[in-house]
Amino acid sequence: MAFAKIETAMTDIAKLEEDTLRQIDEAADEAALEAVRLAALGKKGAISALLASLGKMSPEDRKTEGAKINALKDRAAEAIAARRESLAGAALDARLAAETLDMTLPAPASPLERGRIHPISQVTDELSIIFADMGFAVAEGPDIESDDYNFTKLNFPEGHPAREMQDTFFLAPEGGEKRLLRTHTSPVQVRTMLAQKPPIRVICPGRVYRCDFDQTHTPMFHQIEGLVIDEITHLGHLKWTLEEFLKSFFEVKGVKLRFRPSFFPFTEPSMEVDVQCRRQGGEIRFGEGEDWMEILGCGMVHPNVLRNCGIDPDRYQGFAFGVGVDRLAMLKYGMSDLRAFFDADTRWLEHYGFRPLDFPSLAGGLSS
Amino acid sequence: MKLTLSWLKEHLDTSASLSEIVETLTRIGLEVEHVHDPAAQLKDFTIAKVIEAKPHPNADRLRVCTVDTGSGAPVQVVCGAPNARTGMKSVFSAPGTYIPGKKITLGKGVIRGVESLGMLCSSAELELSNDHEGIIDLPEDAPVGASYAQWAGLDDPIIEINLTPNRPDAAGVYGIARDLAAAELGVLKTKDILPVEGKFPCPVGVTLDFKEEDKHLAPFFGLRLVRGVKNGPSPAWLQARLREIGLRPINALVDITNFLTFDRARPLHVFDAKKVKGDLVVRRAKKAETLLALDGRTYELDESMVVICDDNGPESLAGVMGGEASGCDESTTDVLIETALWDPMNIAHTGRKLGIVTDARYRFERGVDPAFALPGIELATQLVLEFCGGEPSELALAGVVPRAPRVIDFPWGEIKRLAGIDVEPAQATMILERLGFSVEKRGDADARIAVPTWRPDIESKADIVEEVVRMIGVDNVPSTPLPRADGVAPPALTMMQKRARNSRRALAGQGLVEAVTWSFVSKEQAEAFGGGKPALALANPIAADLSDMRPSLLPGLVAAAGRNAARGLGDQNLFEVGQIFLDAAETGQRLAAAGVRRGLAGAGRHWSASAHEASAFDAKEDAIALLGALGVATGGLQIVPGGPAWFHPGRSATLQFGPKTIVGHFGELHPRALKTMDVEGPVAAFEIILDALPAPKPKPTKIKPKLEISDLQPVSRDFAFIVDRASPAGDLVKAAQGADRTLIADVAVFDLYEGKGVPEGKKSIGLAVTLQPREKTLTDAEIEAVAQKIVSEAAKKCGATLRG
Repeated sequence: MAFAKIETAMTDIAKLEEDTLRQIDEAADEAALEAVRLAALGKKGAISALLASLGKMSPEDRKTEGAKINALKDRAAEAIAARRESLAGAALDARLAAETLDMTLPAPASPLERGRIHPISQVTDELSIIFADMGFAVAEGPDIESDDYNFTKLNFPEGHPAREMQDTFFLAPEGGEKRLLRTHTSPVQVRTMLAQKPPIRVICPGRVYRCDFDQTHTPMFHQIEGLVIDEITHLGHLKWTLEEFLKSFFEVKGVKLRFRPSFFPFTEPSMEVDVQCRRQGGEIRFGEGEDWMEILGCGMVHPNVLRNCGIDPDRYQGFAFGVGVDRLAMLKYGMSDLRAFFDADTRWLEHYGFRPLDFPSLAGGLSS
Repeated sequence: MKLTLSWLKEHLDTSASLSEIVETLTRIGLEVEHVHDPAAQLKDFTIAKVIEAKPHPNADRLRVCTVDTGSGAPVQVVCGAPNARTGMKSVFSAPGTYIPGKKITLGKGVIRGVESLGMLCSSAELELSNDHEGIIDLPEDAPVGASYAQWAGLDDPIIEINLTPNRPDAAGVYGIARDLAAAELGVLKTKDILPVEGKFPCPVGVTLDFKEEDKHLAPFFGLRLVRGVKNGPSPAWLQARLREIGLRPINALVDITNFLTFDRARPLHVFDAKKVKGDLVVRRAKKAETLLALDGRTYELDESMVVICDDNGPESLAGVMGGEASGCDESTTDVLIETALWDPMNIAHTGRKLGIVTDARYRFERGVDPAFALPGIELATQLVLEFCGGEPSELALAGVVPRAPRVIDFPWGEIKRLAGIDVEPAQATMILERLGFSVEKRGDADARIAVPTWRPDIESKADIVEEVVRMIGVDNVPSTPLPRADGVAPPALTMMQKRARNSRRALAGQGLVEAVTWSFVSKEQAEAFGGGKPALALANPIAADLSDMRPSLLPGLVAAAGRNAARGLGDQNLFEVGQIFLDAAETGQRLAAAGVRRGLAGAGRHWSASAHEASAFDAKEDAIALLGALGVATGGLQIVPGGPAWFHPGRSATLQFGPKTIVGHFGELHPRALKTMDVEGPVAAFEIILDALPAPKPKPTKIKPKLEISDLQPVSRDFAFIVDRASPAGDLVKAAQGADRTLIADVAVFDLYEGKGVPEGKKSIGLAVTLQPREKTLTDAEIEAVAQKIVSEAAKKCGATLRG
């Protein structure tokens, strides 16, 4: 009988394993799985009962049966753990599925996306970098100037017709000295020369004013002037500086310039500079083509100007140039009407303006 | 300055083409602004003969013409002109020709069933006149098949030069020819101008009536009478010349003076001698003297001006314009010709003061060639005798023509020094001599250079360098790299420039759009924003609404927001960084940054949050963000309720570092200020004076102070206080902070509530206080002690009680 009994036990183990593993598999949730675990491995569980029965067996049987039952116990425990993990994964999946949001809803526009930098500021930053790299510092001065700094010291004699080249705004007279709105940033050159001994390398950007108003003239516009004074700088250096500047600014490999003799009271010799370009279907490209476009005025600083600023013209010399910042912006970025620069139409500003982080730099390039 | 090619060739013997001439002019500094070449436009129009003109079978007013165009078989043309007739000669254009007067290209056509293979043209169709009554009727001898423009002499290109003020010598065709000859483009045709022999003494005397110190006003005056002249239209060639450069021929005597003004840059004047009473006196005008001038207007003169008078008073305004009373007309039989030298500054002053712009003034105020004063009157006399006959007198002269030329000591090295180009003294000498300079060698290195009398602009060595470089061509100056300065380049920007630059990036980063608005606003707007001082008003504004220097950036920005709102863009977020003007002194110009927000703030209406109208707190955020971005230490920043008059009194504040260091304002703008701007509110705004912000303390090294990080965890405690509704939250925060300066690291306002549960007239403020233990973890008792201190400080300073 003992033999038969053992047979029975063997059958029970196989069946028990089959039943238990099936029940584990069928457990639909954590609670059901726990019930299966208790039924199999709990204190009163079927597998626990089998283990308890080992004590009544002969040592030989105990050895063979014990190994089988323990193996069953381990397999059941493993299956329960695996099932538990699978149930937890499914529960997480279900929770996440329930948490689904509509990812097509638009995000609010970032301030960095909405903000804009005006083209004049951007181009002034570009110019500052180009000239900083050539060793120029940025100098500034007041918009309200004296006749002396705006004209007389710059070799515009009182009553000279050259003064009429620049239609000047005057401030209502206030007894003493006649005040005016500077017609160019050249008074900043005067101030620099009066305040600083050579060598001098500065650029002077800023607002300037002339009584004029049409598509290409506004009563206020922006200019940048350059000044170099030392003991050696000559016309050849001026040519090189302007070539480098225009190449860098228009971001082209090379640019041909044409220098025409001209007249400015504060320079001698004086020149106007045309830049090589191609006009094509309302668009202008620089550094190529057969056309010329007048772009700036320049020359060697007039000995009278040096003298007026306390610098000996027989020892020191140098050059000056001036160019419209707004005009440079128009040429590089393709705006056609100067008046729009000052109208603050947000449609124009958003279109032609630059992003807050479009900071021109030597490393990153002027524009992207 | 306008001239025609044929006029230029009167003085310049050249085989150069028009384009070579134009290029050279520009290269040597006489910039050609425009070339009008009528021949180019009319090159396809030829002379043709109408062999037969028959009535059109289907139209009474049209004719069918058989036209001999001079090339091949006759052509059939349908013509509507009333004057088209058999045997006439006219101007023909074939299909494919561009008709300038109609702005069309002619095609082949069938007109009322009859083929038409070209057109007979009216003067208007060629843009030669407004005459479109009929086709051009040419004389019998006009050669069939020839170019009409060439035959009619319409092929003379007009060159317009943009003359710089330093070149009065080029205000005459002869002077332009002289410059071109110097540039080796041809040979200047020089003719000696011989004096005219006077038959009798000039009966009219001349006196220069000036005090010694005023003699420079009229150094020289010459006069000649030609009697028995017959004035009338000038010769056709002269009339054509004047017309081509845009002048109206008047009569021979007047045309001669205009001709010499443009031919030789020598203005002259002619008086009708019969209308001149007694001798001429040149003197300063007397106050309130008047002159009816040749332009038909009466001018009131003053002592600063020079006049030419006879016994009747002023007859001419020296160097500017003659008088109507003594002017020459067709009835003139005796003419007085005047040549004179005047003081350029005085002429400029007189012209400007009276607002008279004439060709004479243009030349005198820039400086005429003194040496040509006498040849000029001789040349004029010759032309008068040639055109009008008559008998010349001797010259009556007063004063003297200054003779001594200006001489400049010139070291040849100056060319290399200033222009960086090697030019042999021999070559430079040749260039200068071609320009009329005389060069006297002084050893190998130097020269004494005499300036020609027609070049008042040449004053110094630099001017001589320019003359040489101009002729050699600036393009030939070698481009030379600017040497790099030694050492590490100092920063290119000043602190204030960096501040302006960083402000722009920071404010754009706040989502604001940068505007650049006028530096001037209307007086009313200036006044509404704290300005309007008379010292800052323009004497000559370009428009009434651009009359005063702006006292603030806000009116410009508000106006811009208003303009955009009117375009249908109501939500506006704008900023500007720029100068404002508090007084006319140099220190009155300040650098400011300002922003305005109108309509919905931020990104506007959005599903993720409820939209709100831009409020004072948006402006506050912008202002504080700007200060933060600029790295301004805000420890001592005070936010004092209330702003200037253009802000909402209850919704604005002043930003200051102590009462004497006000750095800006923020808040809602006052409805009254907005009404002045005609902009609908509310508008939130801030303005910060960038150059009023404290400068960072200079530090000896770039090394940052040592970072102190505590290993101990911070502790946070929340408090809900009830205070009076009017009690500022800022005071409560300050009171809490003051409870323990070492332990309390931060006090934040996390809640603000009024309403149910809070007594009437009170509000509840939630504070989150962070304690940072310094040496050891805080015990509950220690935390409790700090909390008690906070509560008692809040009660003491703000009358706050803990919310139950």
